[in-house]
Amino acid sequence: MATETHDAGHAAAEMTHAAADSAPGMPQLDFSTFPNQIFWLVVTLVVIYFILSRVALPRIGGILSERAGTITNDLAAAEDLKVKAAEAEDAYNKALAEARAEAQRIATEARAEIQADLDVAIAKADAEISAKAAESEKAISEIRAGALESIEIVARDTAAEIVSVLGFKSDEAAVSGAVTERMKG
Amino acid sequence: MATEAQGAEHAAESGGLVFHPMDQFIVKPLFPQHSEVASVSTSDLNGVLSTGETVPLSLQQIESFQSGKEVIVNLFDAGLQKLYWFTPTNAALWMAIAVLAIIVLLVMGSSRRAVVPSRMQSIAELAYGFVHKMVVDICGKEGVKFFPYVMTLFMFIVSANFLGLLPLSFSTTSHFAVTVVLALLVFLSVTILGFVKNGAAFLGLFWVSSAPLPLRPILAVIELISYFVRPVSHSIRLAGNLMAGHAVIKVFAGFAALTVVSPVSVLAITAMYGLEVLVAFIQAYVFTILTCVYLKDALHPSH
Repeated sequence: MATETHDAGHAAAEMTHAAADSAPGMPQLDFSTFPNQIFWLVVTLVVIYFILSRVALPRIGGILSERAGTITNDLAAAEDLKVKAAEAEDAYNKALAEARAEAQRIATEARAEIQADLDVAIAKADAEISAKAAESEKAISEIRAGALESIEIVARDTAAEIVSVLGFKSDEAAVSGAVTERMKG
Repeated sequence: MATEAQGAEHAAESGGLVFHPMDQFIVKPLFPQHSEVASVSTSDLNGVLSTGETVPLSLQQIESFQSGKEVIVNLFDAGLQKLYWFTPTNAALWMAIAVLAIIVLLVMGSSRRAVVPSRMQSIAELAYGFVHKMVVDICGKEGVKFFPYVMTLFMFIVSANFLGLLPLSFSTTSHFAVTVVLALLVFLSVTILGFVKNGAAFLGLFWVSSAPLPLRPILAVIELISYFVRPVSHSIRLAGNLMAGHAVIKVFAGFAALTVVSPVSVLAITAMYGLEVLVAFIQAYVFTILTCVYLKDALHPSH
């Protein structure tokens, strides 16, 4: 080996320096490096195999199956929640309908109550009004009666006065009789 | 790409931009030994190192030695340092970086075990899902047992390919030493698995029962040949694609020595780099999917 490169070196040295460090043909076919590469390759492969089969692959496989499990669980939970949401919506709609009916009922009741109160109040007011009207009627008729009486008295007095002024002796009974007769007419 | 600095050195010497497209593939020790030149002989341009070996020297090196400077020679470049099987090389370094990248992505990325993943974790999950789906789709449920094995191949190839695209890096998967071992691993494990699972029925793979009887022996020969060609194509496809792409990038870079051509060269390198990113993934994908297809043959040999 040493002498071979030695000779090659002689030839190369005449052209340029150190032809030995530039590859003679393909370095891939330099069989003296094969044992070295094969040894280190086998070491590398064994190390990678143990790292992968002992640590990396079980761990990544575990992560993947765990994720698949999580996704399945989450989907089931989502399905559950969806059903619950639908139930809740139904309950809400039902409650809403009930509340509406209740409100309707309460409004009707209130209206009826108010109507009843109103009727009572109106009846009472009517009664009061008619009482007042009757009273007033009475007062008016009294006043009217009073006025007629006063007229008779005034007429009699006036007649008696006129008679006495004319120089006659007034007969009270005749005067009042005449007035009464006149007034009837 | 590891030899960019040396390329510049060359350039300084020969007065132009010089690239050696294949230098990036040289496997070299991470810690090369050096030795000082003790004396030189100007007649045959050789130097004697302090350790006693003789090495060829360049004129510059001889000049600088004669002017009294220290001249240090890289023993590996001079062919004096031997590469042992255990020597830590740039190949070993970049394989280790690939392992680190895989740990960061798959182990640290998933360390929080979040149900809602972070960016890194989603990439890790994506890679897991990608290979897992491939194995299950092609090999069926029985193939899941071999999922870590397939995942190992995929992660190594994909990270080595992408790391090889970094400037100054070393692409381990562009070497036949690496891809042939990977392909042989697949070939041998599939063959052994096929015989263990199915016994002699595994040979039914070569006996095409749906073909007319007279054709079957001919088909059997073709099937047999194609079966044994599998590891060859499997390995050369991967290494060849990567090597060609990386070398072409370097060749285009070499064209930049002409100032007029250099803008075109830069554009071409950019385009090739984009293509190489694609190739890096596609080749890893192709290698993995073929592994799955071969595994399927072992699990279900009938056509």
